[in-house]
Amino acid sequence: MTGSPTNTAIETVIRLESSRLIAGLARYAGGDIGIAEELAQDAVVAALEQWPREGVPANPGAWLMTVAKRRAVDLFRRNRELERKYAQIGRALETEADDGTAALDRAVADDIDDDLLRLIFISCHPVLPVPARVALTLRLVGGLTTAEIARAYVVPEPTIAQRIVRAKRTLAAAHIRFETPGGRERPARLASVLEVIYLIYNEGYSATAGDDWMRPDLCHEALRLGRLLAGLAPAEPEVLGLVALMEIQSSRIAARTGPSGEPVLLLDQDRARWDRLLINRGLAALARAEELGGSHGQYVLQAAIAACHARAFRPEETDWGLITRLYTELAEVAPSPIVELNRAVAVSMADGPAAGLALVDQLAAEPALRSYHLLPSVRGDLLLKLGRADEAEAEFRRAGELTQNARERELSAQRARSAGAQAPGAPADSQAEPPG
Amino acid sequence: MRFLGYTLADPATPMPEPTPELYAKMDELVTEAIKAGVIVATGGLAPVEEATKVRYAGGEFTVIDGPYTEAKELIGGWALIEVRDKAEAIEWTKRFLATAGEGESTLRQVFGP
Repeated sequence: MTGSPTNTAIETVIRLESSRLIAGLARYAGGDIGIAEELAQDAVVAALEQWPREGVPANPGAWLMTVAKRRAVDLFRRNRELERKYAQIGRALETEADDGTAALDRAVADDIDDDLLRLIFISCHPVLPVPARVALTLRLVGGLTTAEIARAYVVPEPTIAQRIVRAKRTLAAAHIRFETPGGRERPARLASVLEVIYLIYNEGYSATAGDDWMRPDLCHEALRLGRLLAGLAPAEPEVLGLVALMEIQSSRIAARTGPSGEPVLLLDQDRARWDRLLINRGLAALARAEELGGSHGQYVLQAAIAACHARAFRPEETDWGLITRLYTELAEVAPSPIVELNRAVAVSMADGPAAGLALVDQLAAEPALRSYHLLPSVRGDLLLKLGRADEAEAEFRRAGELTQNARERELSAQRARSAGAQAPGAPADSQAEPPG
Repeated sequence: MRFLGYTLADPATPMPEPTPELYAKMDELVTEAIKAGVIVATGGLAPVEEATKVRYAGGEFTVIDGPYTEAKELIGGWALIEVRDKAEAIEWTKRFLATAGEGESTLRQVFGP
């Protein structure tokens, strides 16, 4: 952010108000988030003109909303014949006072939480390709600029801008309603929202590309979105499960990198550096999810696994038996080769490396894992523990070739060297990143 | 980024007892900030005249209990917030003060464990 402190303050206020403003306007615009964003942008331009002179108003959100609505009415009057959607906004407004009265503002404030929830649901609509859902959610709900999103994902800004434009067109063309889905539609729609948030989180937690092993800013954005969602839908156990999972994983962020930015694996981390506040918040969210009867949901199960690690003050205290059982249940609820791989790691910790390796070898033929760097990484680790250093070295080299992340590549190369240096049969001192 | 924001009343301006309306408005703001994922922990502070100071100097510990001559009913509060940058922390603090009334809050960045 550049400019004088005043400009910074103004930009910050606008960023904090952005999602609520767009959400409120989207309802008036019959769910057309493209129009909502245009109206919001007009209001922002007005604010950037007036606020430096006149100061930030006492209720900046209401100010922006009022300006945007007046603009909508102007557009409606001019385009009465042409624009059905502006007409809808106009009709909605003409039945209300158009003088920015407190009554209008209060009515808007009462509904704004619902509107925000609708905005989240529409941004994550399954009609959109997944990368578009991610970009739209960060833009509209997170209030990030396209430049910020592009930087976070290490892609050119026009790519993100185009993704967002197309997403808005797709939603308009498909006449997607601006609503909180209920009934039979709800679980699938909610699953998409949770998937989008967790994808953002994971991109931050294990960056798939670029030079950094983590991008904590993306983790923070996702955690913030999750907390926001939990505030809007507090009775959904899976929302709480996802929040619990992200809080607990975030508790390890400081401990996950060494002094020069290199990855530090879970069992090697200095647990004194784990953030107890985030762990406690995560455990509390998990407990609420379980109280709500959500113990068997996929995010609650993953949070429960993360909690097993969080509760262990020392790695030796980890309840690997429980983690194995939770992974077994997770594999039933949300079957995936990656879950199976994680289960194999848990089994190796509970029952020994040979038992784990048998499971990993069953997964070797899995097409989905063919280019997944953690498969050879885990296999290498288990081989090393079994004293098969030569084979382990080859696996770590393969893991290094498969990852796109520079830090992970270095880690794999270093583990390969270390395995290569060990005489066959020498005891192992390294371990795979256990799941969770 | 994590910040600790705390507020103590100004000894020069005796604070009136907070009204139920102020409590309600403050509750609304705090709820909003918690729902926005900004406040991660918060609490009130007992009057400063009940505070205890523990000092260590010249190999000796000294425990000093209030009341202190300069202090009168200086209650306060604190919030640990998670924000994108310092500008957001400042904006939330302004919102807090706009609700709480005239006074001064201190923001300190908190580093991880």
